[in-house]
Amino acid sequence: MAEEDGVRRRDFINIAAVSAAGVAGVGVVIPMVSQMSASADVLAASSTEVDISNIDPGQAIKAVFRKQPVFVRNLTPKEISEANAVPLSSLRDPQTLAERTKEGKENWLITMGVCTHLGCVPLGAGEGENRGEFGGYFCPCHGSAYDTAARIRKGPAPKNLEVPEYEFTSDTVVKIG
Amino acid sequence: MARILSILVGLFFTVALAWSFGKGAYTQITEPPALTAEHEFHLHPKKVHFASDGAFGKFDRQQLQRGFQVYKEVCSACHSLSHVAFRDLAQLGYSEAEVKAIAAGFSVPGTDPNTGEATMRPGTPTDYFPKPFANDIAARAANNNAVPPDLSLMTKARHNGPAYVYSLLTGFTEQPAELLKEFPEAKTPSGLHYNPYFANLNLAMAPPLTADGQVEYGDGTKPTVDQMAKDVSAFLIWTAEPKLEKRKQTGWAVLGFLLFATILGYMSYRNIWAGKKH
Amino acid sequence: MSFPWAKEYTPAHPFMKWMDEKLPVPRLIYNAVGGGYEVPRNLNYFWNFGFLAGLCLVIQIVTGIVMAMHYAANTGVAFDTIEMTVRDVNWGWMFRYAHANGASAFFVVIYIHIFRGFYYGSYKAPREMVWLLGVVIFLLMMATAFMGYVLPWGQMSFWGAKVITGLFGAIPFVGEPLQQWLLGGFAPDNAALNRFFSLHYLLPFVILGVVILHIWALHIPGSSNPTGVEIKSESDTVPFYPYYVAKDGWAIGVFAIAFAAMVFFFPNALGHPDNYIPANPMSTPAHIVPEWYFWPFYAILRAFTQDFFFIPAKLMGVLAMFGAILVWFFLPWLDKSPVRSGSYRPTYKKFFWFGLIPAMAVLFYCGGAPAAEPYVMFSQIAGLYYFAHFLIILPVVSAIEKPLPLPYSITEAVLGKDEGAELAPSA
Repeated sequence: MAEEDGVRRRDFINIAAVSAAGVAGVGVVIPMVSQMSASADVLAASSTEVDISNIDPGQAIKAVFRKQPVFVRNLTPKEISEANAVPLSSLRDPQTLAERTKEGKENWLITMGVCTHLGCVPLGAGEGENRGEFGGYFCPCHGSAYDTAARIRKGPAPKNLEVPEYEFTSDTVVKIG
Repeated sequence: MARILSILVGLFFTVALAWSFGKGAYTQITEPPALTAEHEFHLHPKKVHFASDGAFGKFDRQQLQRGFQVYKEVCSACHSLSHVAFRDLAQLGYSEAEVKAIAAGFSVPGTDPNTGEATMRPGTPTDYFPKPFANDIAARAANNNAVPPDLSLMTKARHNGPAYVYSLLTGFTEQPAELLKEFPEAKTPSGLHYNPYFANLNLAMAPPLTADGQVEYGDGTKPTVDQMAKDVSAFLIWTAEPKLEKRKQTGWAVLGFLLFATILGYMSYRNIWAGKKH
Repeated sequence: MSFPWAKEYTPAHPFMKWMDEKLPVPRLIYNAVGGGYEVPRNLNYFWNFGFLAGLCLVIQIVTGIVMAMHYAANTGVAFDTIEMTVRDVNWGWMFRYAHANGASAFFVVIYIHIFRGFYYGSYKAPREMVWLLGVVIFLLMMATAFMGYVLPWGQMSFWGAKVITGLFGAIPFVGEPLQQWLLGGFAPDNAALNRFFSLHYLLPFVILGVVILHIWALHIPGSSNPTGVEIKSESDTVPFYPYYVAKDGWAIGVFAIAFAAMVFFFPNALGHPDNYIPANPMSTPAHIVPEWYFWPFYAILRAFTQDFFFIPAKLMGVLAMFGAILVWFFLPWLDKSPVRSGSYRPTYKKFFWFGLIPAMAVLFYCGGAPAAEPYVMFSQIAGLYYFAHFLIILPVVSAIEKPLPLPYSITEAVLGKDEGAELAPSA
């Protein structure tokens, strides 16, 4: 009996030692994985201020937010009514224009300029660019078409263009982020 | 044959070294090297204790804030702090709003969004501390031909850095009379300042902390020169290594685990070799 | 060589059998560091340092790959990217300190490993090839460490690069163009930094390759041992697994404790403060020294202060510095002793402990000291002994010394004459 206990105790120590080595291995892997995630300087969310005083109705500009383009569009009344005329049930990602803009500033459509399919920059923000068959944005990579509220209407993209967090710090300045 | 060759090569090197040694020793005896003023009057940093010292050391955040104030009001006129961003100041215990306010108090280089011209704009938390001079030439021109070094890493860039900074700031004195008597040609040149803690005894920086109360502390600490020097040194320990606390804490956890694992490993080793003489 | 009593690898699981037919890696491992590799039973703790050196190489490669993910080899930003890594990257400070101190740990381990070889005559036949490959590894390590030290582009980095490439400038005729070729310019700059980074990433894998050859060559005669007597029978050996796996395992623990203490509590103790000052090609630091592991050779370099006949002092110093390591290549043929282990060589042992070790200690100390008296004179005497030891004393002493009687076998050395004789079959 005593002999067997001794054997078991010894096995236990060997197993414990090997387990400790395993724990050490995991302890090394954690920082190795962690070091690849965004560093503190990248995460320090940089906000972007955009001056919108020079954007006429029907025009759009591209600004930069987190190293990606943001579209700031001044919608015309026609574009607003077109967007509001679309029945929500027909949309892939149902959202009203009002939900995608700030109250009282429905003509300011501010979205990320990143196609929700695979991340290309859609056309339509620049003067004279192809705005697609729904009059909003058109992504040339795989043919996603967005309407005047930048909602996905046709093509492979699953979601509407993302609306970032923003606020109007004055009538002519928008702070994104 | 190999052995004879080897001995010849050996003789070549040993004789050459003996020759160098002999000549060197002879010169040493006939012309002993003259002592220099640095050799005799340079002092090692004073002994000074900081809260962050030692294996369990932690920053005293009140002190870091005071030290930051000294940097901001005194040092930053000439010295940059280029590796530190305003957002890092949150680690000193400032709130987000306070960090924003501090950042906005500095103007940093920017670009006019409409014309593309270089302008100055108020800092934001993501900005780094601005440089007081556009470049080294401007710094030299404004500072008696000496470039004020960046302070971010100062306490790691000198032997015994924290004590060195403290000693230098409190070490300005008149040049001792014995020095001048012994080395008349070592008189501090005009425009330089005598400080025995500086490697060559004379530096371009004028004493920056000259009077008690030069900085007004908000926390009631008496701003003596000694206190201000100590506080700014503590602040520079932090700028040089903001991760110091995390490093030591992680260290204890790692050492504790390793000790446990090593004892297990030793017991396992004894088990396996039990009964095996070696 | 596999000893006749070594256990054969016998896969039990059908998958392992399948694997053994297609790609017998498990068999290779079993025969290299598993139950199939027979090792002398009497190895002392100095024999753990080979395994630890391998561990150090792994630490350096792993932490180095991490550092390279955040580093940029451009003189404008190199210094800042390292600071960014330390300040902003998750655990970046730990990887940086581990990589910097890992180099020191590697050299501590390798110096002990090499001097173990000197004392126990590990370089002697039949292990000459093991030794030669080991010296190659040491040279590669020095090159890798030197180039790695340049990468942070601090003051010591810059001036180290300048001074060490300056050594090549001492070579007659081709020196200057060679130095310019090495740097890709007149002084260290972007071209040099980029190629040093490229090579610093490449060489560790070359080292890894030579390490594999080193182990391969070792496994032909098998490990040496503190008596220097070759293996005669089964009772002289134990299988690597589990015996030496367990012993190396707990040695790793001791090593890791010492290493962690350095990384977490004294991370800058072995570094030079000046390397926290960004490189400034216009101003040399008052006291430049290489990293501590180069000090003995740096002391030898500086010890030659006088022209020797027609050879300039500068060239003499460079020749001697490289010669001090190259002489190790010839050890297997300079040492004529019939006995390997210093334990049975009374005269050699005295020269080792009272000559070589103190000389190395003095060289280490003086290499890190300023280039002033009395340090130069000390390094001249120590350097003189260093060359005399390997090139004159060793060949002569090994030829004339009368070694002590050796034990018949490892078993006899371990168990004593009577018990050992019972276990060991008569040869």
